[in-house]
Amino acid sequence: MNIQTVRKNVIDGEVVSYQVTQQDSNLILSVPLDPANTDYQAILEWVEDGNTIEEAD
Amino acid sequence: MTKAAELAKMGEVLTNSQIGGRRNIVINGAMQVSQRGTSFTGVGDGDNAYFLDRFQFLESGTPNGVFTITQASDGPAGFANSMKVDCTTAETAVAANERIFIQQKIEGQNLQHLKKGTSSAEKVTLSFHVKSNLTGTAVVQFYDTDNSRTIAQSYTIDSANTWEKKTITFDGDTTGAFVNDNNVSVRLEFYLQAGSNFTSGTLPTTWQSFLEANSAVGQTINVASSTDNNFYLTGVQLEVGSVATPFEHRSFGEELALCQRYYFQKINGNSQPVGIGSYISSGQIRTYIDFPVEMRADPSIVTSSGTSHFNLENPSDSFDGGWVLVQINKTSAIPYATGSVSGTTSYSGIIRSTSADARLAFNAEL
Repeated sequence: MNIQTVRKNVIDGEVVSYQVTQQDSNLILSVPLDPANTDYQAILEWVEDGNTIEEAD
Repeated sequence: MTKAAELAKMGEVLTNSQIGGRRNIVINGAMQVSQRGTSFTGVGDGDNAYFLDRFQFLESGTPNGVFTITQASDGPAGFANSMKVDCTTAETAVAANERIFIQQKIEGQNLQHLKKGTSSAEKVTLSFHVKSNLTGTAVVQFYDTDNSRTIAQSYTIDSANTWEKKTITFDGDTTGAFVNDNNVSVRLEFYLQAGSNFTSGTLPTTWQSFLEANSAVGQTINVASSTDNNFYLTGVQLEVGSVATPFEHRSFGEELALCQRYYFQKINGNSQPVGIGSYISSGQIRTYIDFPVEMRADPSIVTSSGTSHFNLENPSDSFDGGWVLVQINKTSAIPYATGSVSGTTSYSGIIRSTSADARLAFNAEL
């Protein structure tokens, strides 16, 4: 997954998932906060690389 | 029947696995299942993705090679399909940090019978069928991600454009047990290209700590060297023991269910039912989706982002892709749609896809 942007999905004041857009793909991912989910792991690595998760709209 | 004849018969029965039970640790080894589609163009520029189920294609470094990957209707006798990697843009010079490989990742809980990390660690035997216009040497690496240990073997493609069966036996490893969980423990890697960062050491033909320079020593096959190049793979089987038994052909339904633990394609095209949905507000539609099998982990929703990719009846209301995951576990999901949704709270109806480009899938790949 080549991450372009990550945004929080918030329901009732709680972050429930992350909405991810990708480079070179029109597919959008909605990623649960599950440490065993490899998309979630990729988001954490993306943040470690200095990128920032956007707040919910 | 003589004793010798009885023993021969017993050997035949065992060889044909008539009493042997399940043997193949690899899923979708015959390349039957390809939920995401059957042809993928423009694969390159560092792509790291799944195309045919359970087999991941990776380019690392700064590669320029571009490929079309297909579920080909080509295979050796007894195999209807193979994974084809076809070079469409060549790379004239391979940088040191570049490599291309196909891999399957395997869960630790599916490898406990290898008894790795014990004095009775089992050998495993890998067999597969390969075809390429290229001849030369390629490497398969068996990488233990739990303990950062590795073992590898090379094989040769002897004749161009000819299906060849290859068999490699890896020793058991008495060091480093596989963690018994649902995370990756092994990466089975088939190299298609390797830069000097991966070939400058010594091939680890016995188990040892991972060293990048040892990964693909001896690799001469470079699938990216010309647009004439192609590489086909099928019949991939990994089994306990030092003998390659005949390929374990599972039914399509069985293989699909095994794949759906990692990826479940719910919608792929027009006029396909999603389920019953209802407006929980004027701008939000909620639905509920059961998965056909328990998934490996809580999956991500993968969805198309185009305008009017879905429709809810009562009254007819088109809305966009880009579903938002709200509640999920390994067996079911409750996603919301919010893109261009406009309706009356509490109204409900059937949701369908309304675009050939509509996609809705669940991803729990390793």
